Amino acid sequence: MFKNFMNWIEYRMPFMEKMNLHVMQYPAPKNFNFWYFFGSLAMLVLVNQIVTGIWLTMNFEPSAERAFASVEYIMREVDYGWLLRYMHSTGASAFFVVVYLHMFRGMMYGSYQKPRELLWIFGMLIFLVLMAEAFMGYLLPWGQMSFWGAQVIISIFGVIPGIGDDLTLWIRGDYVISGATLNRFFALHVIALPLVLVILVFLHIIALHEVGSNNPDGIDVKVPNEGQKFENNVSDKFTFHEYFTKGGKKIIVDAIPFHPYYTVKDIVGVVGFLLIFCAVIFFAPEGGGFFLEPPNFEPANPMKTPDHIAPVWYFTPFYAILRAIPNDIAGAIGMFAAIIALALLPWLDRCKVRSVRYRSTLHKVNLVNFVISFVVLGVLGVLPATETYTWIARFASIFYFGHFVLLWWYSKNEKTKPLPVRLS
Amino acid sequence: MSNAPVDHGRRRFLTIATSVVGGVGAIGAAVPFIASWNPSEKAKQAGAPVTANISKLEPGQLIRVEWRGKPVWVVKRTPEMLKTLAAVEGQLRDPGSDDDKQQPEYAKNQHRSKKPEIFVAVGICTHLGCSPTYKMADFDAHVEGIASGFFCPCHGSTYDMAGRVFQGVPAPRNLMIPPYMFQENDTVLLIGADEGTA
Amino acid sequence: MLKKLFTVLALVGSASVMAAGGNAVHLDKAPINLKDQASLQRGAKLFQNYCLGCHQMQYQRYSVTFRDLGIPDEVGMAELAFTANKVGDYIKNAAPKEDLARWFGAPPPDLTNVARVRGPDWIYTYLRTFYVDPTRPFGVNNEVFPLVGMPHVLQELQGIPTKVVETKMVDGVEHKETKFETDGSGELSTDEYDAAIGDLVNYLEYTGEPTKLESHSLGIKVMIFLVIFFIFAFLLKKEYWKDVH
Repeated sequence: MFKNFMNWIEYRMPFMEKMNLHVMQYPAPKNFNFWYFFGSLAMLVLVNQIVTGIWLTMNFEPSAERAFASVEYIMREVDYGWLLRYMHSTGASAFFVVVYLHMFRGMMYGSYQKPRELLWIFGMLIFLVLMAEAFMGYLLPWGQMSFWGAQVIISIFGVIPGIGDDLTLWIRGDYVISGATLNRFFALHVIALPLVLVILVFLHIIALHEVGSNNPDGIDVKVPNEGQKFENNVSDKFTFHEYFTKGGKKIIVDAIPFHPYYTVKDIVGVVGFLLIFCAVIFFAPEGGGFFLEPPNFEPANPMKTPDHIAPVWYFTPFYAILRAIPNDIAGAIGMFAAIIALALLPWLDRCKVRSVRYRSTLHKVNLVNFVISFVVLGVLGVLPATETYTWIARFASIFYFGHFVLLWWYSKNEKTKPLPVRLS
Repeated sequence: MSNAPVDHGRRRFLTIATSVVGGVGAIGAAVPFIASWNPSEKAKQAGAPVTANISKLEPGQLIRVEWRGKPVWVVKRTPEMLKTLAAVEGQLRDPGSDDDKQQPEYAKNQHRSKKPEIFVAVGICTHLGCSPTYKMADFDAHVEGIASGFFCPCHGSTYDMAGRVFQGVPAPRNLMIPPYMFQENDTVLLIGADEGTA
Repeated sequence: MLKKLFTVLALVGSASVMAAGGNAVHLDKAPINLKDQASLQRGAKLFQNYCLGCHQMQYQRYSVTFRDLGIPDEVGMAELAFTANKVGDYIKNAAPKEDLARWFGAPPPDLTNVARVRGPDWIYTYLRTFYVDPTRPFGVNNEVFPLVGMPHVLQELQGIPTKVVETKMVDGVEHKETKFETDGSGELSTDEYDAAIGDLVNYLEYTGEPTKLESHSLGIKVMIFLVIFFIFAFLLKKEYWKDVH
């Protein structure tokens, strides 16, 4: 009876077939390490943001008069409203934590290299949309930081020669950030951008499953069948979808089915993540003043800027570059270039070896340089711009961009270690 | 890669155990989302008990008091009205007020009230939620021989002067009696709380 | 790789310390104990008597304060809620905003969230470091809030405070120590005054986040659950991965 019903469905919509293709018979390299948790965690956080976001809109009132009070209402008077709000606000920061780690994983193991350039580009688009989503969401509580943070970031568009002033006016819909701005940001934050985000995530995964996952060794697990033999190949134990074996034209080496092996492994990652996530939600929802900033507990006041304003922590590396450059147009260009540079990695890196494990010492040093300059910029973006800090930020910006220039230069003829044939 | 035989029993136990624990977690995670639909502090405070001054209520007069967004009637019944309560019982659906959900214990009597003359009821028809009209003297157009009662204009349901529904009309139950109590020497009526809850 | 991560965390940690250390004045630690209902009740009483005249607490209802502080509604309405009609009212005053703004230069801020904006230690120090300064319109200045626009409302409790700077020689280095002394004309001794301010700050910390205790107790249950879940998930993963390793 049930089988007949399933067959009826399957004939009209091949559900089981797709599940086999993408989950049960999808070959995933067997050597995924800690860094490979962050993709599924990003997915989990996305779902958390969407669900808690829907629930927050049930009580949030998007107007300049009521926004702040309605957030206080959610926090104080709606049953578990405080929990829903903290899940959402902590989730925003958690989203960037996992996405930054996910992106760095890609940089370490060369996951952007051929044939995964499009996959990387979709990822970068997700990152861009995510930044817009977070920025617009941050205005909604209508606190002092919401207001002045948005004021500063919208003003960045003002430096564009000729159209800048008109553009900022158009974005705000008023001479200052006002209820009009709040309402359009609300519409984009709750409907338009999440929709784009979900579509991009879908495309990201489709692109991933077409080319297959990279791995810490950066070698392929689907190799052309030339009659060669692979000793102790764990993949021999399993059936993979013929889409991947191409009817025997490809041999799958050292890969295992995604389900159950990576589903059970990802559950461990998810629960581990939730331990940290819930600890923040229940015991430190302000995140030391980084996730919920103290001035944001005061309603927006267009007449008075807080003593020290900084964007939320996840924007600060890029914000520090903007501030470090002593020219407004160049600063804005520098900030966007810092993001574009990441998107261009598949073409800047001309090396054929993917994983950092088998690349030159110079490359390893260069990656460490990237991490340090990114973190230093992030820290400086939080701090007030004193002269010393500004100079440090300038050096860190040079090192940040230096990473990409150096990479382009040495990767052409890089001295790499011999690649293994099999996954370690 | 080990080729040791798989311990299916252990595998099945751990799968089920993890699923059960995960299922408990999923249910737990759903609690805040479901609970957030309960009336908030704001709604509860808006639904707090209300008071009405009844010292100037004339015999036969009906006043409406808003409680939780609904009309609550307070009627001072005349002796004639009280007399008819016994006479109509044969034509009623639930003359003894046996449906305990429709009134507090202290209103489970013939006049469905604490004091015989003061009648307090939620003025919402138990059929589909319209508010019936008070017919002080011309109720006999709807029920023959009965001078006063309540008539619902939406679907013609009729209630006697104790809010008890007549037979042969769409409304299934007697009118709802809210919890209430008298204060300040019976001049003030508190609707929404009684000695049991306050 | 993990080492690198720790370096990153250490850097971020030191940054937050630097960011928080922007204020030059040393802040005294406020004695916060949200479980001490007697302290919270005394704090609420101080707030109602001395603060509510000018400052509002417009996001907090009396009913919520009463419920969380264990005050019966009738007692609370009689002893704390002088301006409210109903127990469900927000804690507001009847003072006209424009007048207050004219008298003090700026409208007195709402205090519901003040402990989250300023931090409890800041308020605790602020309320204990008013001092006589005849150059100011209200005759007082403040150590952590220089040129403050608020008069010393608690003077009848503390007495008239003066700022005393003592210079000491410690190991041959000049050491300046700032103290605040009162003339003793207040109703309370210095220790009693400090304790009263502690109660008031405790109450403000509570109103900043009335759900904090609930959050902590629920949080502990969630963490215990997750640890159990983690053990099962880990064992399940190990069991399946026997196929691979």
